[in-house]
Amino acid sequence: MRSIVLTKGVPDFSEGAVSFDEDGHLERGKTPTVMNPNDEKALQAALQTKVRHGGHVSGMSMGPPGYGEVLGEAMEEVYADDLYLLSDRELAASDTWATAITLCTGIEKYADEIGGVDLVFAGFKTADGETGQTGPQTCWGLEWPIVTHVLALDIDPDERRLRAKRLVEGDRDEIETVEAPLPCVVIADPEFSPTYRKASHRLTHKRLRAETRERAEEYEEHMTTWNQQDLNLDPEYIGLDGSPTIVSSVDPIPKAPSEREATVIEPGGEGMEELFGEMNEFAAARGD
Amino acid sequence: MSTDLASDDAGYEHYEAVVVGCGPGGAAAASRLADHGVETLVLERGVEAGSKNVSGGLIYAEDSAPYTIDDLFPDFRQEASERPVTDYRIHNVSGRQVKSYDLTGLHEHDTDWCDAVLRRPMDSWLEDRVHEMTSETGGGVLSGVRANGLLRENGEIIGVTFDEIDPITADVVIAADGVNSELARDAGLMDWEEPEDWFQGVKAVVDMDPETVNDRFDISEGEGAAHLFSGDLFSDVRGGGFLYTNEDSLSIGTVFHLDSLVEEEAEPHELLDALLTHPLLAKWLGDSYDEREYSAKLVPDSKKVALREPYRDRLLLVGDAGGQMQAQGPIIKGMNHAVTAGALAADAVALAQGEGDAEAAGRRYASMLEKSGTMEKLRPKRYEYSSRVSERSLTTRAVEGVLNSRVGSAAVGNRIADRLLRRAYNSPGLVGMLPDTETGYVTLPSIIGAEHGRTIHWDNEIEPPSLADRIGDLTYDTDVGNPHIRLRDESFEASGAAVYACPVSAEEFGGGCYRSEVVETNGSEERLVSLDTQPCVECGTCAVVADTEWEHPRGGKGVEFREG
Repeated sequence: MRSIVLTKGVPDFSEGAVSFDEDGHLERGKTPTVMNPNDEKALQAALQTKVRHGGHVSGMSMGPPGYGEVLGEAMEEVYADDLYLLSDRELAASDTWATAITLCTGIEKYADEIGGVDLVFAGFKTADGETGQTGPQTCWGLEWPIVTHVLALDIDPDERRLRAKRLVEGDRDEIETVEAPLPCVVIADPEFSPTYRKASHRLTHKRLRAETRERAEEYEEHMTTWNQQDLNLDPEYIGLDGSPTIVSSVDPIPKAPSEREATVIEPGGEGMEELFGEMNEFAAARGD
Repeated sequence: MSTDLASDDAGYEHYEAVVVGCGPGGAAAASRLADHGVETLVLERGVEAGSKNVSGGLIYAEDSAPYTIDDLFPDFRQEASERPVTDYRIHNVSGRQVKSYDLTGLHEHDTDWCDAVLRRPMDSWLEDRVHEMTSETGGGVLSGVRANGLLRENGEIIGVTFDEIDPITADVVIAADGVNSELARDAGLMDWEEPEDWFQGVKAVVDMDPETVNDRFDISEGEGAAHLFSGDLFSDVRGGGFLYTNEDSLSIGTVFHLDSLVEEEAEPHELLDALLTHPLLAKWLGDSYDEREYSAKLVPDSKKVALREPYRDRLLLVGDAGGQMQAQGPIIKGMNHAVTAGALAADAVALAQGEGDAEAAGRRYASMLEKSGTMEKLRPKRYEYSSRVSERSLTTRAVEGVLNSRVGSAAVGNRIADRLLRRAYNSPGLVGMLPDTETGYVTLPSIIGAEHGRTIHWDNEIEPPSLADRIGDLTYDTDVGNPHIRLRDESFEASGAAVYACPVSAEEFGGGCYRSEVVETNGSEERLVSLDTQPCVECGTCAVVADTEWEHPRGGKGVEFREG
């Protein structure tokens, strides 16, 4: 079983890390890059496949050289065997379409030169673009089947099929079980949860974790970078030139005006009396 | 709904040996099994071994034991223990009067070495070693997995069931799952019936930098002190206190007979505080007190409950699970016996391989416990004779009467008696036979303290944290909506003892596990008990003193001890 996990570096939107300018624009230079949070589930799905069926997992990302760190993080989480970074100045400012073409080319090059791919895993939406398009568009380029919103996954390597539980229309109340032939693209839902009910799987998991810890510390030695020439990409289809998406304008979301008043009441007997007094007044005003 | 798609087809996974619990008993068993080339899987319910474990804190290596922990893990003392005990004393307390005896003689009897330990660092170190060793023979250690029962076929035990993973079959199952062993109970080998069969210990680990420890106990690096306390500082509750020095902390605790706690309606945390705030401790604690962790544990009294045949079918019990906890007067030995038993169980399994019947390993194990003298230490036959006389309350009352009279006090209090007492305390035989009554724990030590003691004039200024703060400082991963204890009978008569005997509950305290309340129904008043398992430290006290359905939380859930 050979899998590729797609991952992306995104601005760290967590409180305290992210920084915005006066107009509310993201200050990219001041905000650290982290692995897209939803990708964690794609990594878990790939890891579960590796633990249960063995094989090889590679991490792949398109982005500036700094994304190497994100791939290093991915290696630690998915116990990946190696990493591939598609990186070239010409790829800058790609929209989802140009990104998908690049990723698709990367996967095909990987399949030709490294080994045939059975599964491609991706997460649900990135935290910066929020489009949810890149995974499906990459799949379209590969002309493979795709299973989205996957909650649980099982592979039958002999039959070369997968079975997945997935949310229908992304709705938690409707879950269906589907089957698909390999190779296949799997988009893990944020609710995906890996299961390891066999002791032997847990032992394998523990062994892989120990092995990977060392590997992830020197992830750069296990990372291959492919540029535009390596990928033999037509400049017309990549980067800004290859991106049909036009962002016409970005409007800041106005802050909701606060209409509530707050009164601070000190704890203690007097405070409680004051509180009950206030509540009585409030109830009386409402006519309760 | 379950989102699991994994095939439940292929039947059960099988291992040659399954060891439940990775404390010293489980670790010893697993490492010996690996030595014998047996494929061994170890399951530990804590997030890491040691996170569920508490002990007073001394591990012994006995000269006479067939196995000691450093036989099995040669780096143990350098890597996993705190300080060796080089100074051992007992303090008999009567009010502010204290008479201290050097117990080093008793302590060194049959002792190769003895170290203070903290269980989280110790057991987690053992877990790593055991994982390395068992991985070599096709197994390993899995933490965060709780065994919840035995797997049977046609009534015979064939394996173990778990919360987190599918059932596993095994040629042999070694239950080293501690004092509240679910497997021992499932097999019908242990019960939770009699408070007389148990002790309860509570402990505070107190922060203290190494130089201060050396200074206050007058020891150097690589040395350590052990102090025991008995007398009237715990009112009439039968039991005593201890203080051991660790690398950079102190373990201070109290151990009481559970039936006595129930009888006296005593609050364990208050008894611990009585020790902590006694003037005698001021010179060691100074005026700043920083408690790192509060913990509690139930301790089986091996004299009464150690199983002479700790097995059923292919299930072997090791350590606390089989009641293997020896209280030799003031000295408590548990971990060393668990280690011996674990290693012997493994040897028994190796010897019995190839023999047809399921109980072959168990029979060999029981016989090895007997022949090695381990069982005689745990459950001395002479105790069964002497206890018949000395624990009868009539005798006790008579002895108490004499001791409390002026003649009695004078007898214990004269100078010759002082010498004799010193010698008596250091005689393992005599100490082992001290009856488990107030006489040994309270009356005699208080008379010794009053008659021979010097008066402590300084004051102890420290203020131990409240129970609420102690609970607040513990780490929990609560299994929300899935309480691991259920009250079967919520009447105060059936379950009220838990309100005070539970170490994280107290009368008039709303933040503990057990609370009592008066409920009015149809004009009559009823006193009821309610339960919230969130603050539970998983000691098992309430399983004995109240009417409950008691299980451990699922793997990794519940309290997580950092010191232990």
